[in-house]
Amino acid sequence: MKEQVIMNETGPTPMNVIGAGRSELYTDPDPDHARAFFHQKTKKMVNKVMPLAKAVEMFVHDGDYLSLGGFGGNRAPIAACHEILRQGRKNMGFAGHTTTHDFEILSAGEVFDRVDAGYIVGLEARGLSPCARRYMQTGKVRVTEWTNYSLSARLHAASMGVPFIPARNLLGTDTFEYSASKIIECPYTGKKLSLHPALYPDVAIIHVHEADVYGNSRIRGIMKSDNDLARASKRVIITCERLITNEEIRRSPTQTTIPYFLVDAVCEVPFGNYPGNMVYEYFSDEEHLREWLHVEEDPVVFKKFLKKNIYDCSNHHEYISKNGGMEKMLKLRTIEYLLHKEVD
Amino acid sequence: MIVKYNSMELMVCVASRELEDGSTLAVGTGAPCAAAMLAQKMSSPNLSILFEAGSVSPQLPEMPISVGDSRAGHKAVMVSTMGAIMETCQRGYVDYTFLGGAQIDMYGNLNSTYIGGTHQKPKVRFPGSGGANDFGSFCWKMMVLTVQDARRFVEKCEFITTPGWLQGGNSRYEAGLPEGTGPYKVFTNMAVMDFEPESKRMRITSINPGYSIKDVQDNCGFELLKAPQITETEPPTEIELKILREEVDPHRYVIGR
Repeated sequence: MKEQVIMNETGPTPMNVIGAGRSELYTDPDPDHARAFFHQKTKKMVNKVMPLAKAVEMFVHDGDYLSLGGFGGNRAPIAACHEILRQGRKNMGFAGHTTTHDFEILSAGEVFDRVDAGYIVGLEARGLSPCARRYMQTGKVRVTEWTNYSLSARLHAASMGVPFIPARNLLGTDTFEYSASKIIECPYTGKKLSLHPALYPDVAIIHVHEADVYGNSRIRGIMKSDNDLARASKRVIITCERLITNEEIRRSPTQTTIPYFLVDAVCEVPFGNYPGNMVYEYFSDEEHLREWLHVEEDPVVFKKFLKKNIYDCSNHHEYISKNGGMEKMLKLRTIEYLLHKEVD
Repeated sequence: MIVKYNSMELMVCVASRELEDGSTLAVGTGAPCAAAMLAQKMSSPNLSILFEAGSVSPQLPEMPISVGDSRAGHKAVMVSTMGAIMETCQRGYVDYTFLGGAQIDMYGNLNSTYIGGTHQKPKVRFPGSGGANDFGSFCWKMMVLTVQDARRFVEKCEFITTPGWLQGGNSRYEAGLPEGTGPYKVFTNMAVMDFEPESKRMRITSINPGYSIKDVQDNCGFELLKAPQITETEPPTEIELKILREEVDPHRYVIGR
């Protein structure tokens, strides 16, 4: 069998760029700039526990590029989204990486002015958010189109410490035309590949099941891209259902998905994903999520709803108290527990 | 005996018959998920469902509301990452996907990004690709389950979010999309369509009970081709409807629409 020729006689073939999306790349894909940042970041194993309000004040700034963990409403840092609204963050970049209820909340606060769109505006089977849609139709938000996998791949490139990774999606579509991807000819096979530039967010907020005071974190259930997100982001805020001891982390290190040195702040926020679904902890409050979609139809009514549920609350617990309190939480916990109970 | 059913029940039942035992399927919430669950309970118990949030071969207790929720991951053999699921598709392991959109054109391209206005200031903004462009690029056979409506079946999508056969002929593979992948069938309340092998244009292959070729054409914004033999779609059976109504979707989230 003849061996395939990869190099021609004049030496290596240059990589041929044959297409480029027209939209903006909001973040710097240079791995050396990221390395320099990660180099100077403290890796000390120190107690990073602080109130959520302080973590948002310290690590989430106007103009920053933000990416959230979880899958829209599932294991999402909803308490942190509310806090971002209360602190009035503006002009942020945002990764719409399967964002649902989180996108809805941040749209209500007009927090971002530029978006990398994988999945935005919708809440899956529940329908589309009138508020998010209105905001995206104002023309005030710059949008670069991507796909869910594209954003996974971009975070993965960043977590690998390389400037891009190739893939076989986007090709032939307007999603590509309105992206910031490029198409190249593969130097080995000649096939057309879409490039996914590394995405290094300024700040990530990830809600997890358990963490110790240093930031070692455990996630149960689906991961989406949160392993890569924690590694790609310059600053990482962990919100957790509960704190556990470092001894417990060390007793079962297989369960650790995020090591402490990636993490800048740890905030204990039980039910911090309410009204979303925290797998193995509590199910989503579908009635309340429907209420959001309903009140959004009238901007005046929605303004009052936001004042009551976000701006007039001092923290997430006050929001929960206004919407059924402990009784509601226990009900949602029962739904979740029974779902996972073995039936014989 | 005449079995009564609504058009959503018909679409779900007909689509479910495509999913043979032992095959793999990447799917979202809603009607396609109902079709997958029905297939598992009828003749394909080992149909493997993959959800983009990360779950692999779950045993769904009821319809998930989100592909990342507890139901979607219930009794899965593995819960993983979005990258792992999408790359399983990119690697060629996934047979089928079901997609939808605000618009579908004669080559099976889909628009789920925006309609009217401009990209920067759209009249109506939709979610965008989500995982659709990925599944539509990577999975071997892409299927669509949607209502037959001339506003939805348009000659040309305003925005191609997800690739079908692109501009027809060999254009899909010329664009670099994986060889052998592409749109396969379209299920509506009125008919079942496939794509003519050369031109890759949508064509009618069977008509659902109670409708005519004219009905289908009148509710389509472009000229449909006709297969050499057009059959009548086999209506839902009593047993399919019983399982669909009692086990798959007892709250009528999908079939009540």
